[in-house]
Amino acid sequence: MSADAEPGGPEADDDPLNAFVTRTRLEPVAEGPLSGLTVAVKDNISTAGVRTTCASRMLADYVPPYDATVVERLRAAGATVVGKTNMDEFGMGTTTETSAFGPTLNPVDGTRVAGGSSGGSAAAVASGEADLALGSDTGGSIRCPAAFCGVVGIKPTYGLVSRYGLVAYANSLEQIGPIAPTVEAAAGLLEVIAGPDPRDGTTTDAGEDASYADAADGDVDGLTVGVPAELVEGVTDGVRERFDAALEGLEAAGATVTEVSLPAVEHAVAAYYVIAMAEASSNLARYDGVRYGIGGGFDGNWNAAFARSREAGFGEEVKRRILLGTYALSAGYHDRYYAKAQDARAWLTQNFDAAFEVADVVASPTMPTTAFPLGETLDDPLQMYLADANTVPVNLANLPAISVPAGTDGDGLPVGVQFVGPSLGERSVVRVGSAVEAAR
Amino acid sequence: MSPAVDPDEVRHVAALARLDLSDDEVAVFAEQFGDILAAFETLDAVPEVAAEPERVNVMRPDEPVEGLDHDAALANAPATEDGYFKGPPVS
Repeated sequence: MSADAEPGGPEADDDPLNAFVTRTRLEPVAEGPLSGLTVAVKDNISTAGVRTTCASRMLADYVPPYDATVVERLRAAGATVVGKTNMDEFGMGTTTETSAFGPTLNPVDGTRVAGGSSGGSAAAVASGEADLALGSDTGGSIRCPAAFCGVVGIKPTYGLVSRYGLVAYANSLEQIGPIAPTVEAAAGLLEVIAGPDPRDGTTTDAGEDASYADAADGDVDGLTVGVPAELVEGVTDGVRERFDAALEGLEAAGATVTEVSLPAVEHAVAAYYVIAMAEASSNLARYDGVRYGIGGGFDGNWNAAFARSREAGFGEEVKRRILLGTYALSAGYHDRYYAKAQDARAWLTQNFDAAFEVADVVASPTMPTTAFPLGETLDDPLQMYLADANTVPVNLANLPAISVPAGTDGDGLPVGVQFVGPSLGERSVVRVGSAVEAAR
Repeated sequence: MSPAVDPDEVRHVAALARLDLSDDEVAVFAEQFGDILAAFETLDAVPEVAAEPERVNVMRPDEPVEGLDHDAALANAPATEDGYFKGPPVS
């Protein structure tokens, strides 16, 4: 879709996959490790002077007055930003079909979704439209499209990468992270964007001068890979075959595979959606049509005007999450939903802690299936939510994870394998990911 | 299929969220919310867990820094008047 396109459907121009909302060219401001490389940036990451829409009608004309910290870091590292990528509206979706600008098509099979919510970023990298991309991952939004499009995606440890300039959806869960054709390239991009930022009080000092790319050495000799049956049982046969083959490759390279147990994951999807929707209902209260967005007019009082702005500006999935989040936080329901979801989050974190007592990384298929046909989950939101079963536990536990391509199923569709590391264990997931890559 | 939520409850929550809905939207959401809230019932089986907060507040002194330019701050507003945001009447 070209820069002047309006919200609607895909348009055939120089972007047949509809990977971009806006094409642009932001030149580097210095030489660095990304010199000569192009980067596509998800359209919920602020770019000064270039519209940042979150793929929502509400922000279709919104032009940020400042850059996100990660955008500053990209350009200071020599990268050229070549566009703002399509996504599920405000990051709320698993397919990039809730975009107000139409779905992004899967580069491997144009009748299927690219995954989401960072579908445009993954499709841009998979199709060679950009060397690298940034996505954001609240419940799998980097790893899902990476798996569906056959590229590498990393969700960093919470606090490793600054969220300054990321349009907020669910603050306690989301992180910006890299998407790239190879593990080493993704790790190199992570090195550039990681590190503390005084403008995001949740960032840690751990990312300062950290090195990740040199961990992509494929050396898994002596490493222990934990496999939780809970995250493997529900996947399709084609996904299971590729996952088992990846584990066999790791064993052949000297790793040990062992069973671990994560009983709390049974409740992870429910806990994730309660927390994410609750945070979304609060975050999206800022859209009142006064400071930015679609104005609600001046008839009646401000409540009436705000309600008109929001009816006009938000799509169906965003409305659904705002309403369910408001419900879960409302009087009489807070303890039943939100407080229990926080308990589930803490329990799951303890499960992972126990798993890392016996394993260096935890492995599972990234997604239970390969890419869905377009439209399949649009009228069945619960089915779409359940597809996030393997990715949301990582966000709830604030952990790092990588999705690495592990071949294709019988239909030729990409399968991704996910490795989760302990907090700040990015080097471990990069290392084991590079071993899977080397074995293919 | 779980029983639908009462449409009046959807309208009530929408009012709390300052979100106008068409009658069609109310009908669709009432039906879907029955299934989604039923799926959330799995949380009933979660034990109470005592968790240490991973993060604590860290204080620093306030220091004035340059903020957004006045015109830049107003640039995305649907309506402005005399250098202010123009909003709907409060009551």
